[in-house]
Amino acid sequence: MSDQKKVNRRDFIYTASTVVGVVGVGAAAWPLIDQMNPDASVKALATTEVDVSLVKPGQSITVLWRGKPVFIKRRTENEITEAKAVSLTELKHPEKDEDRASNPEWLVMLGVCTHLGCVPLADKGDYNGWFCPCHGSHYDTSGRIRKGPAPTNLEIPKYEFVNSNTIKIG
Amino acid sequence: MSEHNYQPKSKFGKWFNDRLPLLTLANHLTDYPTPKNLNYWWTFGGILTFCLITQIITGLVLAMHYIAHADLAFSSVEHIMRDVNYGWLIRYIHANGASMFFLAVYIHIFRSLFYGSYKAPREIIWILGIMIYLLMMAAAFMGYVLPWGQMSFWGATVITNLFSAIPLVGESITTWLWGGYSVDNPTLTRFFTLHYLIPFLILGLVVLHIWALHVPGNNNPIGIDIKKPSKDTVSFHPYIVVKDLFALLLFLILFAFFVFYSPNVLGHADNYIEANPLVTPAHIVPEWYLLPFYAILRSIPDKLMGVIAMLSAILILAALPWLDTSKIRSAVFRPLYKQFYWILVLDVLILGYVGAMPAEGLYLLIARIGTAYYFAHFLIILPILGKVEKTLPLPMSISEPILGGSLNAEPARSKENSQKL
Repeated sequence: MSDQKKVNRRDFIYTASTVVGVVGVGAAAWPLIDQMNPDASVKALATTEVDVSLVKPGQSITVLWRGKPVFIKRRTENEITEAKAVSLTELKHPEKDEDRASNPEWLVMLGVCTHLGCVPLADKGDYNGWFCPCHGSHYDTSGRIRKGPAPTNLEIPKYEFVNSNTIKIG
Repeated sequence: MSEHNYQPKSKFGKWFNDRLPLLTLANHLTDYPTPKNLNYWWTFGGILTFCLITQIITGLVLAMHYIAHADLAFSSVEHIMRDVNYGWLIRYIHANGASMFFLAVYIHIFRSLFYGSYKAPREIIWILGIMIYLLMMAAAFMGYVLPWGQMSFWGATVITNLFSAIPLVGESITTWLWGGYSVDNPTLTRFFTLHYLIPFLILGLVVLHIWALHVPGNNNPIGIDIKKPSKDTVSFHPYIVVKDLFALLLFLILFAFFVFYSPNVLGHADNYIEANPLVTPAHIVPEWYLLPFYAILRSIPDKLMGVIAMLSAILILAALPWLDTSKIRSAVFRPLYKQFYWILVLDVLILGYVGAMPAEGLYLLIARIGTAYYFAHFLIILPILGKVEKTLPLPMSISEPILGGSLNAEPARSKENSQKL
């Protein structure tokens, strides 16, 4: 009878104390892990306002937002037509140009290659858009990935026009 | 084994040794029976120990002058180069020392591959070695970031972005690694801390590596088990110590050549431009010792798969003792394996070369073939070869082929041929 496996009070104490121990160690470890996440001073720089009044069609400026370059491109008619003419089936990461640039004249996107984070070069590559020199990703005039190892289109940050000359990023 | 009965001669020695048996340990290391036929490829363990100590000492000194801050790091390195007494020398030894360390570790690894040193009963030594190698790569990468030049910054960006390939949590992990939304000051300070820590972790693993080695004892060029101690062994001191020191001197000539005559030839000129988050250098290349893995990463057109392939290329080595099904250790007695071994060496060199070239056209094709062959070597060739290969007869002991002469047939035959000619 005593050979039968039976949960007794001692088993319960072992399990309960192990659980308390694991939770305790986990709780103690969390501050040590979380201290590596972005701190308050980094988060405080979360928005940037940019004056774009001097940017002419065909020109593009690069501004720094959260330590990353943001491309603000004032596209020409040709570039807009070219971007809109692409059928979604040709795209690795299908997105309509309208969804990427709500105001088609202005394309605002992170200048960070979605492959491994290099800054793509403007007006280069096989699709008249951007070309990443690190591992050879080609982006079109809408910043969409067309060829190369990058998995997704250049990311569009959250932004808005504060007035007709000022863009607020973040 | 004799060292367990070791008794110090002096009275104080006895008293001390009874309380902390350091003298027993010293006696074990001195008398440690070593196969008498070890060749110069076996001297790289000692050379690597030297490299590790050199990196720790020079690194310690550099840390007294270096400032880990995004605004100051670059100029503090120039300050070391121009103002600190002998700063140029210490920094060049540290920077080139990393390359020398990897050169020696690659020779050490390929020696193991040739002589089957990873096989039973030495699997744990081998796996500890792979862990050391991984930590070395982490230390080298983070060390390269510290001068905060263009290559530092963009190398850090590319490598940390590898983690973003992980599904779902990738982005959070990279943000966590960076301590921000891009590589910046928080990244630099933590890399400095880890770069300082890792060499001591390596030192700990090296102790385990040597401990695990001293359980079965050294493998040897003919790869057979030997009796220890016996007429097949010599004591570590003075025989192996002197041989290791001589090899170290030759190695130091090469080391000194780089430090004094071409201190920057293994680096990139771009790293003498201060980090600029808005401009990526036209051609990002890692240090030479990471190029084969870089070629594997780039040869695969999918981001996640590329990262997986690159990591697998390293981790597959840990499984090697079980992938190689042959019971014979040394390639000397494995005529087919010997050929595949040299093809693998060539394959890795080719991958290293294409890793330094732009990833397009013919280079990309070569990188893909090289990558496929690399994995085929470990996953297909080695498991099958162990089953089908007809190996040569093994000698009974190390002394036998030398004293008996009969099994040393191959060199004897070539001598006959040369006499005919």
